[in-house]
Amino acid sequence: MSKVLIVAEHSGNQLNQSTARCLSCAREIDPAGADVVVFGSNCGEVAHQAAALEGVARVLTVEREENQAALAAIIAPQLAVIAADHDYILGPSTTFGKDLMPRTAALLGVGQVSDLMAVTGPRQFQRPVYAGNAIVTVEVPEGLKVVATVRTASFKPAAEGGAASIVPNQVAAELPAHTRFIELRTGGGDARPDLQTARIVLSGGRGVGSGENFKLLFALADRIGAAVGASRAAVDAGFVPNDMQVGQTGKIIAPEVYFAFGISGAIQHLTGIKDAGLIVAVNKDPEASIFQVADIGLVADLFEVIPALDKKLG
Amino acid sequence: MGENREWNVKKIMVCLKRVVDYNVRIRLRPDGSGVVTDGVKMSVNPFDEIALEEALRIREGGSPVEILVVSIGPADCQQQLRTGLAMGADRALLIESDIQVEPLIAAKAILKVIEREQPDLVLLGKQAIDDDCNQTGQMLAALWQRPQATFASKLEIVDGRATVTREVDAGLEVINVDLPAVVTTDLRLNEPRYVKLPDIMKAKKKPLQTESLASLGIDLEPRIRVLKYEEPAPRQKGVMVADVDALVAALRDKGIFN
Ligand SMILES: Cc1cc2nc3c(=O)[nH]c(=O)nc-3n(C[C@H](O)[C@H](O)[C@H](O)COP(=O)(O)OP(=O)(O)OC[C@H]3O[C@@H](n4cnc5c(N)ncnc54)[C@H](O)[C@@H]3O)c2cc1C
Ligand SMILES: Nc1ncnc2c1ncn2[C@@H]1O[C@H](COP(=O)(O)O)[C@@H](O)[C@H]1O
Repeated sequence: MSKVLIVAEHSGNQLNQSTARCLSCAREIDPAGADVVVFGSNCGEVAHQAAALEGVARVLTVEREENQAALAAIIAPQLAVIAADHDYILGPSTTFGKDLMPRTAALLGVGQVSDLMAVTGPRQFQRPVYAGNAIVTVEVPEGLKVVATVRTASFKPAAEGGAASIVPNQVAAELPAHTRFIELRTGGGDARPDLQTARIVLSGGRGVGSGENFKLLFALADRIGAAVGASRAAVDAGFVPNDMQVGQTGKIIAPEVYFAFGISGAIQHLTGIKDAGLIVAVNKDPEASIFQVADIGLVADLFEVIPALDKKLG
Repeated sequence: MGENREWNVKKIMVCLKRVVDYNVRIRLRPDGSGVVTDGVKMSVNPFDEIALEEALRIREGGSPVEILVVSIGPADCQQQLRTGLAMGADRALLIESDIQVEPLIAAKAILKVIEREQPDLVLLGKQAIDDDCNQTGQMLAALWQRPQATFASKLEIVDGRATVTREVDAGLEVINVDLPAVVTTDLRLNEPRYVKLPDIMKAKKKPLQTESLASLGIDLEPRIRVLKYEEPAPRQKGVMVADVDALVAALRDKGIFN
């Protein structure tokens, strides 16, 4: 039995990469590895993907009709039961984990370490506060379970190569009937790489000017195999859908290369990209604060730069 | 549905946290014990303003709703509660405490108030922009054994049920929950109104009640100890390039696009 339990995030048939990142965090807590629990209505495929990750001790599946949509009110009471024997319960710091883990922590009578970014001791961790303007070191007192959401951008995904056993579980938890899933509307389900796992991300801000102009970014992204993100200003202005927002209240990402076009560099935006390997900024205002964090900066009009890049990199 | 057509939301509770204003560049205390707040502009957590705005809009939608704003923290939180009253809340409650209130304790305190007030809907921000925890609403819903709808960008109430559109990583998720329920707000739910001077005057006459956190009889032992605050590691200084050719060369130099 592992000390650490990780809650798998998945789409029904595909394991989310956040699980492999949680696993790397888990192995810093306990090198021996971790158990992974999969909730769903038909978990076979996802369980196999989880079992193939290096460092997984066991995959626990909890199959139940009600688990089809990952509703926190439904999953949390089951997770609290499964977690009875584990000392650490980790979930990703994605909207899935942020919704589920605090509900579970409260059922277990403990607090939660949100956005865990570093393990500094057996019960001691670092996490960002104030939009990443400060880092706090926190400690969970002895005798209490550690519940945490893992800041996925801070940990590399665990490799494949494991062959863990898959153990079906029955959980005798009473489930509420007060919450119903209606639908999930996705941004478009296109072939472009996922924002949270892409190697290269191109983001546009208010400076891009319109949804129509965002096509320039999409075209360049498709040419170089990048994902496309946006600032809050671009989302609020209706240029692009909300699931593209990067930042404190959007997605926290850590691509190898991040391009910011027409983004001023507000602190709430920067907190979402500070783990990027390389930040490239194009802005026509030489005073823009994005240049203070950019590894490569270019003061220029994005409407000239993007087509030129498209030509030169294509 | 339909069996309870007369069902209406009668009371909404909104949680307002006092936080360092989002425009302030924070400074750490030299001993690493926290953030300097003396002489620093403090505000209502932006997500909580959105929560209150939503409550006001539900009331303006026609039903005679009573709106109660609640804050947990030092006596100075009265300022933020007065802002809430000026925006249009009817009553305010300060649960006074000088200790650091972590989300689990906040949730337990709010639950005590809920038991007394019996609201139909409790609105919180999805996250406080100081601790960035994103926990309190979910913990409250768990302890109250009621539904939670986090990261709301649209809220519709019909016949004792709320249909909530949630901003999730994959896009927008729609769920339907029975009331009473906990809803936490995302940025695009609405745009909060500005407070006008006459409203500030009027708010001075609205009831603001205070009681101590200790008097609620909940366990105040922290479940998480904060040991120290530090500056984040700075990024290495970058380079400025003159044109697109130089940009492409610099990228190739870093081994990208070879
Ligand atoms: C509680 C809270 C949470 C927030 N969370 C987030 C978040 O998660 N993510 C986020 O991004 N923001 C967030 N914000 C908003 C943030 O404060 C900024 O308002 C936002 O990031 C600004 O977006 P922007 O840089 O696109 O727009 P602006 O600040 O308006 O900048 C536009 C930039 O484009 C440049 N520009 C214009 N035209 C061109 C051109 N032709 N070529 C090149 N450059 C050009 C301009 O020089 C300018 O620098 C949050 C705010 C609050 C209060
Ligand atoms: N001390 C507090 N007083 C009032 N509301 C609070 C307090 N702490 C948390 N909240 C509410 O809970 C939300 C989420 O806070 P957090 O879980 O700390 O990120 C906030 O937006 C507030 O609505």
